[in-house]
Amino acid sequence: MVDAALEAPALGGGTRRRSALRKAMQRKSTIAFLMTLPLLLLVVLLVLYPALYSVHLATLNKSMERFVGFGNFLFLFKRETFWMVVQQSCIFAITAVIFKALIGFIVAHFVHNIPSRGQRKWRGMLLVPWVIPPAMSCLAWLWLFDPSYSALNWLLALFDVGPIPWTGEAYWARFSVILVNVWIGAPFFMIMYLAALKSVPEQLYEAAAIDGANWWQRMWYVTLPMMRNIMAITALFSLIVTFANFDIVRILTAGGPIDRTHVFATWAFWIGIQGNDIPLGASVSLFMVPILTVAAVFILRDINRRAGEMS
Amino acid sequence: MTAASITTRATSPGVRKYGSMSRDRRWALRWSYFFLTLFAIFFLMPPVYMLITSLKTSAEISAATNPWWVQNPTLSNYAELLTSRMYLTFFLNSALVSVIVVTITMLISVPAAFALSRMRFWGSATLATGVFLTYLIPETLLFIPLFKMFALVNEHLGIQLINRWWVLLLLYPTLTVPFCTWIMIGYFASIPKELDEAAIIDGASWFQTLTRIFIPVALPGLIAATIFAFTVSWAQFLYPLVFTTSTDQLVLPVGIITTLIKGDVFNWGQIMTGALLGAAPPLIIYAFLMDYYIAGLTAGATKG
Repeated sequence: MVDAALEAPALGGGTRRRSALRKAMQRKSTIAFLMTLPLLLLVVLLVLYPALYSVHLATLNKSMERFVGFGNFLFLFKRETFWMVVQQSCIFAITAVIFKALIGFIVAHFVHNIPSRGQRKWRGMLLVPWVIPPAMSCLAWLWLFDPSYSALNWLLALFDVGPIPWTGEAYWARFSVILVNVWIGAPFFMIMYLAALKSVPEQLYEAAAIDGANWWQRMWYVTLPMMRNIMAITALFSLIVTFANFDIVRILTAGGPIDRTHVFATWAFWIGIQGNDIPLGASVSLFMVPILTVAAVFILRDINRRAGEMS
Repeated sequence: MTAASITTRATSPGVRKYGSMSRDRRWALRWSYFFLTLFAIFFLMPPVYMLITSLKTSAEISAATNPWWVQNPTLSNYAELLTSRMYLTFFLNSALVSVIVVTITMLISVPAAFALSRMRFWGSATLATGVFLTYLIPETLLFIPLFKMFALVNEHLGIQLINRWWVLLLLYPTLTVPFCTWIMIGYFASIPKELDEAAIIDGASWFQTLTRIFIPVALPGLIAATIFAFTVSWAQFLYPLVFTTSTDQLVLPVGIITTLIKGDVFNWGQIMTGALLGAAPPLIIYAFLMDYYIAGLTAGATKG
């Protein structure tokens, strides 16, 4: 379009015009290529290359001198801790995402319910956990969970409950780690769902109300179908981030007690960096790839479909 | 309003129905506020508790009093940290890294987004999707191979990359650039084509079109991307934990965790003060630019 408009006034000879056009095209694509070059270099050198390199690393022995093929993976399969980490990672990610989505959905509805001039204030307050760097808020939670001075246990003691060993006992430690993750992530869901709720045209609700639909029917037949897309993509995004999470477990429990809260990322760090067995650590982190790929494929499909709808 | 005025003189059955609806509405509103308050308490409890603890002395923290109340508020924790050489180094490192990373990110992603959204060339659509996919690759998958790569660079080229704060300038853009490029593509794509056509006809070069038309028009998107890049680089924890170790090279999140927690002795007053001050820059930006912050947050999934 732009080139056509540019070339229109030039009424020179046919061949000269064509070569000028081609030159412009060439120049344009050269410029465009140069503009994307830094991005390409960054992605290739610091994302794609290391990703492939970790596959190579995973096939070496501990001193990285000998090729062992699938040796590292077979070694992991035989270790009980590995299967525990697989299980814990899945429980951690799935439970956390479900509760984040649920709380986000409920809170978004409450915010949507109140008069619009108050909404800004509430939304601003409720997003604070997402804004604080996770490492900092995890420290606050660690202090709230402190074995001897826990302020949460102090509150629970008022109701004659507790004291709860928040990070001391396997099941409570898993609960605490998920709780903190939900606390950090639910506000993000709330914001996304609120944006989705606002995009539902008011006429649909009016039409449904005229047809005599009750609250549940309006929710089931109007709100949910209209929000389905954003709900799905938010959950998939969050699944990726939660599954690959490192900060929370690392700071709250460092994988303890006795490896009962390790997830892939923290266990890979423990083995690869602290245990100095880089190939085995790389093998551990590679086990995140299958789930990440599935989520990424679904996200991509959704984005391509929407791009198709737009054009 | 009308419903309320009708209820006051409700006589006929039909009108009474309106009245009950408005009563339902009022109750729904009350319940909404009630639950919102509960959720707000849950969401704000840790930062508030950080503030409470940061105002206490160590003696008061270890005394068995009500942990949610400060008996003798003191600013000594703040005074100690803000005069501590080590903490100021962490803060300075963090600020330096974040500001430089934001600059690098913008310099890479804005031209790339412009080229990918406006100057169609061979493979540009695939590349745009590829950029989005790299955003989905988490840093927890890359830190081990990167660590080994940088160790090899040191071995073969003699460039010491590990345990230098500026190595983070190489690493953080891998987290910020893909997402910023992606949302800038979205913002640039929403600018009408007539605008840049007019500029080109008037003799503007591609570079001028970018700086005179696209950047001013897409300024809200640019601000949102900048905020995103800043908050991500300020909050990043894994890379500095892996790649930097000596105290003069650490950034804030890792610095607080590795130096203020000494063995089993937890000086919680100082830890909470340090964490609160560390959380302050993103919170301040959020407080002043909330709309841009939220726009950036929702743009990732709703645009494109």
